[in-house]
Amino acid sequence: MRISALDVTKRFGDFVALDGVNLEVRSGELLALLGPSGSGKTTLLRIIAGLDWPDDGEVQFDGEDALPRAVGERHVGFVFQHYALFRHMTVFENVAFGLRARPRRFRPNEQEIRRRVASLLDLVQLGWLADRHPNQLSGGQRQRIALARALATEPRVLLLDEPFGSLDAKVRKELRRWLRKLHTEIHVTSIFVTHDQEEAMDVADRIVVMDKGRIEQTGTPQQVYDHPVTSFVHEFIGESITLPVVVAGGDVRFQGQPTGLDPQGVADGAATLFARPFHMTILPAPGGDALQGSIRRVHGIGPARRIEVALGSEPAETIIEVDAPRVQQWQVGQLVRLRPEHYRLFPKPD
Amino acid sequence: MTDAELAGQASARERQPARRAAIRHDADPWWVQWSIIAVAVLFLGSFIVLPLVVVFAQAFSKGAAAYLAALRDPDTLAAIRLTLVVAAISVTSNLLFGLIAAWAIAKFEFAGKNLLVTLIEIPFSVSPVIAGLVFVLLFGLQGYFGPWLKAHDIAIIFALPGIALATIFVTFPFVVRELIPLMQEQGSEEEEAALALGASGLRTFMRVTLPNVKWALLYGVLLCNARAMGEFGAVSVVSGHVRGETNTMPLHVEMLYDGFQLQAAFAVASLLALLALVTLVVKTVLEARMSQE
Amino acid sequence: MPRIGKRRSVLPGFGITLATTLLWLSLIVLIPLGALFLKTAELSLGQFLAIVTSSRVLHAFAISFGISFAAALTNLVFGSIVVWAIVRYRFPGRRVLDAMVDIPFALPTAVAGIALTALYAESGWIGGLLAPLGIKVAFTPLGIFVALVFIGLPFVVRTVQPILEDFDRGLEEAAASLGAGRFMIARRVVLPSILPALLTGFALAFARAVGEYGSVIFIAGNLPNVSEIAPLLIVIRLQEFRYADATAIAVVMLVASFLLLFLVNLLQRWTETSAGVRN
Repeated sequence: MRISALDVTKRFGDFVALDGVNLEVRSGELLALLGPSGSGKTTLLRIIAGLDWPDDGEVQFDGEDALPRAVGERHVGFVFQHYALFRHMTVFENVAFGLRARPRRFRPNEQEIRRRVASLLDLVQLGWLADRHPNQLSGGQRQRIALARALATEPRVLLLDEPFGSLDAKVRKELRRWLRKLHTEIHVTSIFVTHDQEEAMDVADRIVVMDKGRIEQTGTPQQVYDHPVTSFVHEFIGESITLPVVVAGGDVRFQGQPTGLDPQGVADGAATLFARPFHMTILPAPGGDALQGSIRRVHGIGPARRIEVALGSEPAETIIEVDAPRVQQWQVGQLVRLRPEHYRLFPKPD
Repeated sequence: MTDAELAGQASARERQPARRAAIRHDADPWWVQWSIIAVAVLFLGSFIVLPLVVVFAQAFSKGAAAYLAALRDPDTLAAIRLTLVVAAISVTSNLLFGLIAAWAIAKFEFAGKNLLVTLIEIPFSVSPVIAGLVFVLLFGLQGYFGPWLKAHDIAIIFALPGIALATIFVTFPFVVRELIPLMQEQGSEEEEAALALGASGLRTFMRVTLPNVKWALLYGVLLCNARAMGEFGAVSVVSGHVRGETNTMPLHVEMLYDGFQLQAAFAVASLLALLALVTLVVKTVLEARMSQE
Repeated sequence: MPRIGKRRSVLPGFGITLATTLLWLSLIVLIPLGALFLKTAELSLGQFLAIVTSSRVLHAFAISFGISFAAALTNLVFGSIVVWAIVRYRFPGRRVLDAMVDIPFALPTAVAGIALTALYAESGWIGGLLAPLGIKVAFTPLGIFVALVFIGLPFVVRTVQPILEDFDRGLEEAAASLGAGRFMIARRVVLPSILPALLTGFALAFARAVGEYGSVIFIAGNLPNVSEIAPLLIVIRLQEFRYADATAIAVVMLVASFLLLFLVNLLQRWTETSAGVRN
């Protein structure tokens, strides 16, 4: 099922949670709403679900206006960050709840319900927990049951609100992989909210990066990583080295010195240079370039070394971290220069 | 800076483990401890336990046969019946009100919520006599609705409806005040989940909300019932004190006592005292259940 | 297309439950109380003042408020001792003692009334002990005092108990390590922290005592101007069909209760913030 959000705006008092957001969710895709807290991603998810309403704008399911319908009528499956399992029911009763809540006409008989619940519990590989209560389960188990419960009513869209946020790192990674696998099996349109960019990159077909109620960029994980269109996206996704620079007369200057770098069409004035740590080449001999400084610290295990370089001079020095091959030897205090092989310039916002 | 704040700073600075082991519950000198305990026991014993003991001592002062005879007296049985009926009506009324009001107050945000809760709790701070008085003012012969009621031959004051109303008034907040904090603490996520799964509002309330508050609900009902059965001041004002007809158990106790039938009075009182003890036991059990959850 | 944002909520039933709540509240509590004020308003101010300042009424107020105050004060002292013993010490029967504190809450007032009378009458167990000393309790203001102490005790203990239980012992240990003795610690470290709760308990005990009827009228002498409490005077005036007098006295008591309630609210809020800061 296709979902469209058109010009959705939501305010909480003076705080603007969503500012004219436009989004198209393709049928069958696994979409991530990614952003820091306060970016509006959960608000948008809840508005799509029907757990909240926009002050302005529309939400459409397959082209039909969804807003007049209550959450129960929208046929969505919602998974809460803190599971919201019914604490006084067994796992079985939790998963069966949606089926039993149907009006008599549409309700399957008890045998059919049992069959469906069993198959769902098998899908999440927790059939053996059917008679337990939620407080007897681990966090990861609870979240899988919550998912099974949401899937029981065969929803047209699955909405997950920071589904792995309450779990520890190892369980989170396992469930991530498991969710991806589940999605390829079931193919239901799914939207999940997260603040963890690694999670979004790992799981989603497409990522929607949000900040302060606006969508910064929409694209595949590859697209948002390789071609970020705003400074926020560059900084939020993956690691970034940032350097404050000034564009003047067709050149990029760092701490008053020319760097010889191409301004990439950015207008004169203050700007920020973004580069990935592994796109920054570090060269031992100083050569009069602007981007030079001394090594402060060398650390790191694994294939690359992490080198902290202090650029410029006190008191205005900037410290950045770059990756360098282990093969070469680096000393603390050594004078080096840096050359960005690949970089982006974004003008500084007012 | 107060000594407490000073101590707080010192505490944050360093903690001596060896000292810690020495300073536990017996931090006070032993003679201080035992004097305090003695005073506490004596005080509670004489002021609180003795009266309870006296009730039973007096009730059985003429032997078990006289005790049972007092209870089997038709006027006593009528009083017991009336008390049970009034308690049932009050508990049911306040239970329904409690659920409805707790839903409105705990699950939604609106202006004036605090004021509403304060208004609901007013009966707790009103003297029972005044609680009875206001209903006499409304429905008594010289009350606002008095003439109208007389014309239609409806009796409220000096009859069951009046007693029930006064009892409902004094026990009004008992159930609500137990439900609201718990429902607020539990939040609305489970309800949202139920609605998202397609459940109706009523089903959500009955299958999700209600089971989650069952112990608090029982607790409120227990306290409401204890107060309803034992209410004296308010009922005394609205009842006609007619033997065998409009006397609840507490009023019957008074009537027997004023009539110098001391042993009988205490016999009936002992039933109420037993009720109080049972209430306390169940209360303790429920409190343990509630803290478990 | 712009849509006017409606103030909707996902949980249903707000309108009807709020309306029902307000209706019920009005019918059971607000309108009846309103009738009280309405009736009193039928009096002119002069008449009202004449009633509430008449000798017998003033004596009744003095007795009700005065003895209630003394009883609440007594409960403040002994309640503190009891709560300290229950929370701080371990001794056989502690849990039983704890449960007993609730007896005045649970025991019907009439039962308490006749029991106390039997106990403190000259023929009673305690009254018999005091009679040779020339102390008469039953049927005197002293009897009223005893009854009001009985019903007010749980308020002090139960209000202070949670605060004392949550109290950070580390503060006491630190003070001890600084050389403070136990009494000094109790006075300067613990007391300020539990003071709001103590005052709240006192106010609650006082408020309850002022309006008390059933526990008192049996043991009091009920002699006008000597041992007649205000609630009793209201009942007497009602029986005499002097409704105006009854309502006038009731209004004064009600206003006093509301003021006390307001004070208790303030104290409770102080208790909460104070406990939060300390811990």
